[in-house]
Amino acid sequence: MAILITETTRVIVQGMSGRIGSFHAADMIKYGTNVVGGVTPGKGGESVLDRPLFNTVREAVEQVGAEASLIFVPPPFAADAIMEAADAGIRTAVCVTDGIPSQDMMRVKRFLRRYPAERKMRVIGPNCAGIISPGKGFMGIMPPHIYMPGRIGIVGRSGTLGYEAAAQMKALGIGVSTSVGIGGDPINGSSFRDILELFEADPETDAVMMIGEIGGPQEAEAAAYARDHMQKPVVAYIAGLSAPKGRKMGHAGAIVSAFGESAQEKVDILTAAGITVAPNPSSMGETMAMVLAQRKAA
Amino acid sequence: MDIHEYQAKEILARFGVPVPRGGLAYSPEQAGYRARELGGNAWVVKAQIHSGGRGAAGGVKLCKTPEEVQAFASTLFGKQLVTKQTDANGKGVYRVWVEGASDIAQELYLGFVLDRKSERIMIVASAHGGMEIEDLADKDPDSLRRMIVDPAAGLSEFQARELAFQLGLRGGQVAQMVTTLRACYRAYRDLDAVMVEINPLVVTHSGDLVALDAKMSFDTNALFRQPQIAELRDRSQEDPRESTAGDHGLSYVGLDGDIGCIINGAGLAMATMDMIKLAGGEPANFLDIGGGASPERVVRAFRTVLADGNVSVILVNIFAGINRCDWVAQGVVQAYKEVGLTIPVVVRLAGTNVEEGKAIIDGSGLPLISADSLAEAAAAAVSARPLKAA
Repeated sequence: MAILITETTRVIVQGMSGRIGSFHAADMIKYGTNVVGGVTPGKGGESVLDRPLFNTVREAVEQVGAEASLIFVPPPFAADAIMEAADAGIRTAVCVTDGIPSQDMMRVKRFLRRYPAERKMRVIGPNCAGIISPGKGFMGIMPPHIYMPGRIGIVGRSGTLGYEAAAQMKALGIGVSTSVGIGGDPINGSSFRDILELFEADPETDAVMMIGEIGGPQEAEAAAYARDHMQKPVVAYIAGLSAPKGRKMGHAGAIVSAFGESAQEKVDILTAAGITVAPNPSSMGETMAMVLAQRKAA
Repeated sequence: MDIHEYQAKEILARFGVPVPRGGLAYSPEQAGYRARELGGNAWVVKAQIHSGGRGAAGGVKLCKTPEEVQAFASTLFGKQLVTKQTDANGKGVYRVWVEGASDIAQELYLGFVLDRKSERIMIVASAHGGMEIEDLADKDPDSLRRMIVDPAAGLSEFQARELAFQLGLRGGQVAQMVTTLRACYRAYRDLDAVMVEINPLVVTHSGDLVALDAKMSFDTNALFRQPQIAELRDRSQEDPRESTAGDHGLSYVGLDGDIGCIINGAGLAMATMDMIKLAGGEPANFLDIGGGASPERVVRAFRTVLADGNVSVILVNIFAGINRCDWVAQGVVQAYKEVGLTIPVVVRLAGTNVEEGKAIIDGSGLPLISADSLAEAAAAAVSARPLKAA
């Protein structure tokens, strides 16, 4: 099963004819992802990488049965692209774009609420590395070979730190069911909690590695959810223990501006909820191995 | 992006917020002239820098004569004003705002922020203004009133009225507060702000509301559609290293330590700083080289990090996805030759094209220290630091 993407998921790329879009689409196809087409307004009827291009997402849904969309659209137009995908009936949209205005994301979130739950699109990102179910397919910009297929879910804000976790686990022989980058922006489509829910329900996932960072309330929400609703163990790491307060650390959302948003406060909240927190970023893999061994012994 | 107080007041006044009459000065003489032009018998002279805490730092003074205005202004111009919100270098004063003194019966606090939990604009208000919001939350948390605005409906009059009554306002003040609140909300929404703060919003003895201080900050991602706001950027208020780095596609934040960091990805950069600290060192900076970094951008990153005189070792940590290890390695070698490096450099490469990258590093003949893991890299950087005289 995995979550969000499997080998059969019919994927399109919005912005596939662009330099970046076609580069990553080629990588995805090479990996075995079921890419069925692309959307570039004005280029409908042409083709890229032997896949048809459409003018609108709706045409891609109607003609090739697109279910998921990877969005490589520049920031001024990205919110519109997400809303187009939602309206056309796409189930999962992954938006890699970095630099979307906050108020545009507020608008997107409000727009999505108009659809009933059964046809409401899930947004992953923006400003994220994407999603991968190792051995099955991926939508995003990650190096797929660093992920070993397996039974651990990864969810994180940072792309590169997610790679780090996957590589550490692979070195210990621990594989990944699905890895999800939720992105570094203050307002994102899916929260840690949303993804934990999916992993909890996924029969092919045994445990979750959650990689948070300074800023925002999402890790605390996820901690409460894991404590009250999850059977599967969660291992966490929070980046930014040495980050000064009030300074933005690269990600638009990585800034400590309220109580409970510093790394140490988040570590305390997670620990209190019964989540095992890796003491440093080099021990994410070991900590997961330890928790899995404890589970097995119990 | 931050703007100056006087700019925030001009903007908010356009939307209907009552502000004191005032004038901007670029010289002490002009400050004195502004006082005469405004008339009256008392003026407040305020240094314009991108920081709060100016009053306590000696950047604000109540003056009784235009001569005093000019004399005080002459002590401000060109000064680096150090407040508790700035670093030790402070911020340079190049503009001074002179306004007629207001009489104050009561000070309120009013703030508009993006609430990440509800993903909407939140109003924070208190009947006890005048101190920083952090202190207010600390010392008088019960006085804080919070209200979330539904973006579909905007800020309704009844909502604004409710808040005004909660703050203890009465009579004509309520209508003035409703106007002020709705004006701030519209300014926030229409101009892609991320923060609007009026502190204090005063009630005068005659019962009128006036915004005595104002702060606005804007979403840098939205500046492409707010050209009139983008023009207000004042580079004199920015850390020159950070703004120069930004011009070259690098995200840089200067810190106090001596281990320079060159990393890809914000999360990995923060994690590497944490690892350095745990290994017993102190990071000199946060630096994210971004995606698809060319060798030239890597060289630029070296120059940026080396501009900090405290740096005694450099740690390069790359986990390449959208990046390429071979390009980064070429950049490291190029930087070594072009910049004339004399301090140790630790390099850890992983991900896309890692074998090619390592081959370039190993074959370069340069005294680069290779590391395979994050922990190894941090430990190597800490132990590569030259011993300091105790």
